[in-house]
Amino acid sequence: MNVERITEKLNILADAAKYDVSCASSGSKRKNENKGLGNASNGICHSYTEDGRCVSLLKILLTNHCIFDCAYCVSRKNNDVKRAAFTVQEVVDLTINFYRRNYIEGLFLSSGIFKDADYTMERLVRVAKKLRTEHNFNGYIHLKSIPGASDELMREAGLYADRLSVNLEMPTESGLKLLAPDKNRQDMINPMNFLKKEIIQRAEEKKLFKNAPAFAPAGQSTQVIIGATPENDQQILQSADYFYQNFNLKRVYYSGYVPVLTDKRLPALNTAVPMVRENRLYQADWLMRFYGFHVNEIVNKDQPLLDLDIDPKLGWAIRNMQIFPVDINKADLQLILRVPGIGIQSAQKIVSARKFARVSWEQLKKIGVAINRARYFIICKSNEFERRDLTGNNIKQFILAESKSKYIKNTQTQLNLF
Amino acid sequence: MYTLVYDGTFEGLLTAVFEIYERKLFHVKLIKGEWRASALFEEVLEIITDENRANRVLRGLRKRLSVACVQRLYIAHMAEMENEENAIVGFIRYAFDADRNIEEDYGNKYVMRISEIIKMVRREKHRMEAFVRFQKLKDETFYSAVEPDFNVLPLLIRHFKDRYADQKWMIYDIKRRYGIYYDLHDTQYISLDFSETSKPTDTITIVSHDELMYQSLWKNYFSSTNIVSRKNTKLHLRHIPKRYWRHLTEKF
Ligand code: SF4
Repeated sequence: MNVERITEKLNILADAAKYDVSCASSGSKRKNENKGLGNASNGICHSYTEDGRCVSLLKILLTNHCIFDCAYCVSRKNNDVKRAAFTVQEVVDLTINFYRRNYIEGLFLSSGIFKDADYTMERLVRVAKKLRTEHNFNGYIHLKSIPGASDELMREAGLYADRLSVNLEMPTESGLKLLAPDKNRQDMINPMNFLKKEIIQRAEEKKLFKNAPAFAPAGQSTQVIIGATPENDQQILQSADYFYQNFNLKRVYYSGYVPVLTDKRLPALNTAVPMVRENRLYQADWLMRFYGFHVNEIVNKDQPLLDLDIDPKLGWAIRNMQIFPVDINKADLQLILRVPGIGIQSAQKIVSARKFARVSWEQLKKIGVAINRARYFIICKSNEFERRDLTGNNIKQFILAESKSKYIKNTQTQLNLF
Repeated sequence: MYTLVYDGTFEGLLTAVFEIYERKLFHVKLIKGEWRASALFEEVLEIITDENRANRVLRGLRKRLSVACVQRLYIAHMAEMENEENAIVGFIRYAFDADRNIEEDYGNKYVMRISEIIKMVRREKHRMEAFVRFQKLKDETFYSAVEPDFNVLPLLIRHFKDRYADQKWMIYDIKRRYGIYYDLHDTQYISLDFSETSKPTDTITIVSHDELMYQSLWKNYFSSTNIVSRKNTKLHLRHIPKRYWRHLTEKF
């Protein structure tokens, strides 16, 4: 291996791949069979970039040559950047050697489109096949499905990969038309549909025949870019909800647009990356997937935008004050989950603990409840509780004022989920 | 208040619980260490680890708690956090004194404390699963030095054995001076003899010919995958506290 050449390729092709934010490596239960190399289990972040994102997979493009000209993409045809391409063997060697040193959970391979969709997809599949069949590699493999690739290739991809994804890129069709004139939404939806059917059918077979091959056991995901086009949060979340419902997606990723190109259709180069908005979208997404919220409870005609100052759960609570206060010692788990400041684990602990004795503030604090938020919304074993008749807006102001001091010290807000 | 001095083993701790009940002690404090006859306190008891007594306590616990919960107590003790044996003893006494299984009574301070300890141990275990960086040595063994906050090496065996079944590997805890070694069949605990001049982190002379190339490729990858306009040092440091850096290839 020529060290300099491979280093240069790696730099170019990792740099071009980094705007795809998905890095999850969980959801697959691939075992290490016959004393081979690796397994895929609960998804480990082996490192974190300086921007605080998880590094779990070797995330690279096979090549950044591309025949398309999507406005938001550094690899677009008319952008003047250095181009490079890995050989199949180079990607295999990097993956195996990084994996053996415990740097990564596996490979996330994407690519610019060279020649045509099938030609590109065929190469991606070849990498995965080689890893699985020649190297007995059982680590995680995420392949990007190239829009427009044939069903045959998608089927083969599913046999070797743990996860497949087609990026929708823009939340709506008109957004896509504007920025990616070469792409059409149907080309993206077709493979998603095909994968959905195939995944369901293979899962059925697997129930009947234990030895039936696994097909994309970690399912499919997609990514939408936020802030490059004018869609509002309601449109974004409703479209995410639609894809969760209709295509059995495991995850939708929201990627705040990083201005890398000058184009009059795009936000200017000095526009800040919408990181807070992106974080609010992820929080909203969690509420839909784990907290039993319906998308319309989070955003709707009257509330098309997420409040950037507060998280969407608090936002929902202060719009629905008639539901509170909730008695922590009596309410259903589902309702406790809706209280701001109480996460899934705390909610479950509360429900366990109250079987022994009624729970007090002191104990709630120990259990991990954020009392400074929750106290406006609950009563517990105590005579102390919020007696003032506060409006939702009052509460928001109180909570914001309290976190102000933290906020000022820490202008880079901590973008974390609940 | 009685101070009970025990030998630091789990059996020793269970023996101490036995003594507490036999002598009907109430306020007690357990400390690990050696018995000194010259101790100033009058009420110091030396606990002599006794397998029979320990087993009786263990059997009693198994009747009152789930298998997983007894396991958690064992893990909490093995982690060797300072002064936490009293939380474990408190938990065990609460379990014996109550008339039903109390392991989910998070309103109780001992139950909550054990739950916190287990959470910390798990986090450290996960960190090690993430932050171990193997270097390939000339003899094809993949070697890694670590310094975990708590004693978690025994908890790592399963994960690494499942994952790296086809390569020899060794993970060495520098702080506690022992390691685990997998020879393609089994794992065993080992201790290494480092002379004055060589440290467990000095491996340069014995790494395989392509080791440095892959380390440099990994460092390159790590910096290429960063998005400068999203820089967030606070978050970065929260995920990888500085004390772990010296063993992370991408950070040294
Ligand atoms: S097809 Fe993909 S790689 Fe090519 S320009 Fe569009 S987004 Fe970029």
